[in-house]
Amino acid sequence: MTEGLPDDLEAVIGLEIHVQLSTETKMFCGCRLSFGDPPNTHTCPVCLAHPGVLPVPNRRAIEYAIQIALALGCEIAPNSIFHRKNYFYPDNPKAYQISQYDVPLASAGELADVRIHRAHLEEDAAKMVHIGESGRIQGSSGSLVDFNRAGTPLVEIVTEPDIRSASEAREWGQLLRETVRQLGVSDVNMEEGSLRCDANVSIRPRGSSELGTKTELKNMNSFRFLEKGITAELERQAGLVASGERVVQETLHFDPGTGALHPLRSKEEAHDYRYLPEPDLVPLAPDSEMLEQARKTLPELPEAKATRYRDELGIPEAPAELLSVRAELAAFLEAMLVAEPDLEPRVAANWLTGEFAAELRRKGDPELGEVPVEAAALASLASMAQAKKISHGTAKDLLTRMVDDGIDPVAVVTEEDLGQLSDSSELEAIVEKVVEENPGPAEEVRAGNEKAIGALVGAVMKETGGRADGGEVNRILRQALGLG
Amino acid sequence: MAGEPLGGLSACATGEAIGSGELDGAECLAFWAERAGDETLNAYLCTDQGDAGQRIAGAPVAVKDIFCTEGLPTTAGSRILEGYVPPFDATAVNRLRATGLPILGKTNMDEFAMGSSNENSAYGPVLNPWDRTRVPGGSSGGSAAAVAAGAAPWALGTDTGGSIRQPAALCGIVGLKPTYGAVSRFGMIAFASSLDQCGTFGHSVADAAELLSVVEGLDPRDSTSTGIPGGLSRPTASDLEGITIGVPRDFLEVGVEQGVADRFAEALETVERLGGTIRNIELPHAELGISAYYVIAPAEASTNLSRYDGVRYGLRVPADSLVEMYERTRGEGFGPEVKRRIMLGTYALSSGYYDQYYGTAQKVRTLIVRDFEAAFSEVDLIATPTTPGVAFGLGAKTSDPWSMYLNDLFTVPMSLAGIPAISIPAGLAEPPEGGPELPVGLQLAAPAFAEQALIESAHALEAAIGFDQRPEGGGNS
Repeated sequence: MTEGLPDDLEAVIGLEIHVQLSTETKMFCGCRLSFGDPPNTHTCPVCLAHPGVLPVPNRRAIEYAIQIALALGCEIAPNSIFHRKNYFYPDNPKAYQISQYDVPLASAGELADVRIHRAHLEEDAAKMVHIGESGRIQGSSGSLVDFNRAGTPLVEIVTEPDIRSASEAREWGQLLRETVRQLGVSDVNMEEGSLRCDANVSIRPRGSSELGTKTELKNMNSFRFLEKGITAELERQAGLVASGERVVQETLHFDPGTGALHPLRSKEEAHDYRYLPEPDLVPLAPDSEMLEQARKTLPELPEAKATRYRDELGIPEAPAELLSVRAELAAFLEAMLVAEPDLEPRVAANWLTGEFAAELRRKGDPELGEVPVEAAALASLASMAQAKKISHGTAKDLLTRMVDDGIDPVAVVTEEDLGQLSDSSELEAIVEKVVEENPGPAEEVRAGNEKAIGALVGAVMKETGGRADGGEVNRILRQALGLG
Repeated sequence: MAGEPLGGLSACATGEAIGSGELDGAECLAFWAERAGDETLNAYLCTDQGDAGQRIAGAPVAVKDIFCTEGLPTTAGSRILEGYVPPFDATAVNRLRATGLPILGKTNMDEFAMGSSNENSAYGPVLNPWDRTRVPGGSSGGSAAAVAAGAAPWALGTDTGGSIRQPAALCGIVGLKPTYGAVSRFGMIAFASSLDQCGTFGHSVADAAELLSVVEGLDPRDSTSTGIPGGLSRPTASDLEGITIGVPRDFLEVGVEQGVADRFAEALETVERLGGTIRNIELPHAELGISAYYVIAPAEASTNLSRYDGVRYGLRVPADSLVEMYERTRGEGFGPEVKRRIMLGTYALSSGYYDQYYGTAQKVRTLIVRDFEAAFSEVDLIATPTTPGVAFGLGAKTSDPWSMYLNDLFTVPMSLAGIPAISIPAGLAEPPEGGPELPVGLQLAAPAFAEQALIESAHALEAAIGFDQRPEGGGNS
């Protein structure tokens, strides 16, 4: 079942994502993009909509948008059209937003089994700051407009309603964010608003192919809140249906603090945008050179990387997915494999995303470059463990010292004679001694309580200083106790 | 003017005299500044003395108040831009300054270029220098009247449906509208973006062409600009040998005044006398031009004019709430014709009506483009009277918008097709109600970017017609 819904109902969710492009300048003028600069310091007659000014498209923004479209497997329109979307509001100085309407730049894509309806280029509005404690327009004594943001290039991505649960929406959103991040075309920072997500949510009887009445959740500022908001909305819709009421089409704001949903405005009052082909711009017709360049510079993206790691390198599903969305970890892994060609990718990935990641958490999650562990050093450690030159326990101890003090694991193994005990006779002698010194547990094992062997294994390990191979210790112990 | 060496010099000749050192640029500017300052037709909204020490390489230019001029008020004839001083120059203005042609002043116009009589200016009508009880035409009426009256050597205007050609005809001077895209629209306050085009006024084809050659050109700040490929050179033709000129007889049947029809017929005889050939052509959809124009232009205007909200510049009428401030600012800032067109255009674009109005109008536009393409496969140029009649009396048509709109019947199709056209004086004619004779204009149109061919033929015809009258008393009473 889907979280928030009874078994006989199904969630139908589509996402609309606005991505601010990290170009140097705005979409239609030469003003610098900035975040956090003093208000109205990056403006000009064009983005302030003085009389007589004209928009000039930012070539870099078009290139970035094409990269996003290609990364989402979209078809690129040979001639897409800019439209004026007319609405009168203080954040919109021309009283129209230049956007795309019936012929968008990109359409018919797919990312991780969610179809992309369209992706188009447009410009961002100015930022409104409402005076007053709430920061919201209701009850505010006045509003200020900061035009620094006006005209920031945006790509709007609209999915088909292919998502079936709140958690899937979060996961897919995260994948999309990582995909765009790895293209290097946006900061994708949801708190700063460089990535914004709306969700269209409806429910229907499971098995139905019709779409129910949808509501729109606006401007979630994290994917965690998106998931919570969708869950709350699904519960609300299911409750309405259960009590015989109907879902009304409306726009909702989710308050992550209280978990409450507030209606913003109903669609019945929605603007008539009076779309008009933008007469100040010619059709956007990327030439073959521009498309070829975009294709060539496309990096390996998370979805493809996860598949390759899983299918070609034999890395298990979970670390493969984690590595695919953490570009810096993936690069570290690839450097490990170059340093130690015999190291199995599966082993390398486990050390990297398991023990090493745990050590990083212990240190408060520093960046990879902030700990004195090179990819080659971690690879040597993993290699020694893989070849059973050192025991797993020794390897973990070494890793802690590597992270803390930057030691060279190979040198330390030699210096401190930490090599694994591979001499059976030496190990057998230790086992014999341990059995003698621990008659209680030994007797229990002999009496059939095999779990009691753990205490004896621990004692052997202690005796060898952790240098013995766990499997081998087990084998010799069982033999000595007649379980062989 | 006659008897005054400087006023009698053509603008081209003035530039040459300054270039050769025969004439002092500063003296020339002072002479024209005085004439502009003494003008009593309400042709100028403001005049400019220029900066001391500026380079003066030619005759100063009167600039329609629709062009943004850094440091000089720019109102587009509207109250809503009262007090607005742009922080930048329009590209066309920039090109004038870069060439050393000083700005003489900003000329009066119909508010946001919406009008054919200049009576829609928030700053009062411009008077026709030939008869002060009549209109000079519009919307570039101030530019046309200033040049006709000898208060400017030449001028910039804009033409959306005839706003250069019609006032040029009614004031007895030359008005040249180039191909859409020839001159950058950057800094030219938008009325109907897909139709607006900068053009020029002069006493001769050569002057108008010379000024156009200064301002035309590709501009990276206007994505729709193209310039005129190959540029423009001074016209030299003296005959029309080998030139075929098409006349859309059917289109011209509707209500042309007798005096205008007579001058037009004489002009066609002159064409043949110069060795040209006259051929009848058809422009089957041209008569739908006005209807399509009055959907497309208001639709674009309705979105272009939404930015005037009293917040960032221009007029602000204070009020207790933001919405009330918007309403009062726009209510008091816009005149009745502008409001009429904003409402028309808003309606034409609204959901459910778009296809019926804007969509249909765009289809008509395409048909008109094809009409011209078909015609130009047979002829080099097309000739019509510029307007159906001579200058009409102030107030004569203000209560009947449709009869006012019909003034642009012969000029609108060329605007919809984006092709170049010129109006040259064809002589004088008595108005239907009697009285002193008034100027008549002959319009010639050419295929897109065929400006050079257009001005060559216009130059040859102009010389043969030999119109050299000037309004008595000019602009100074």
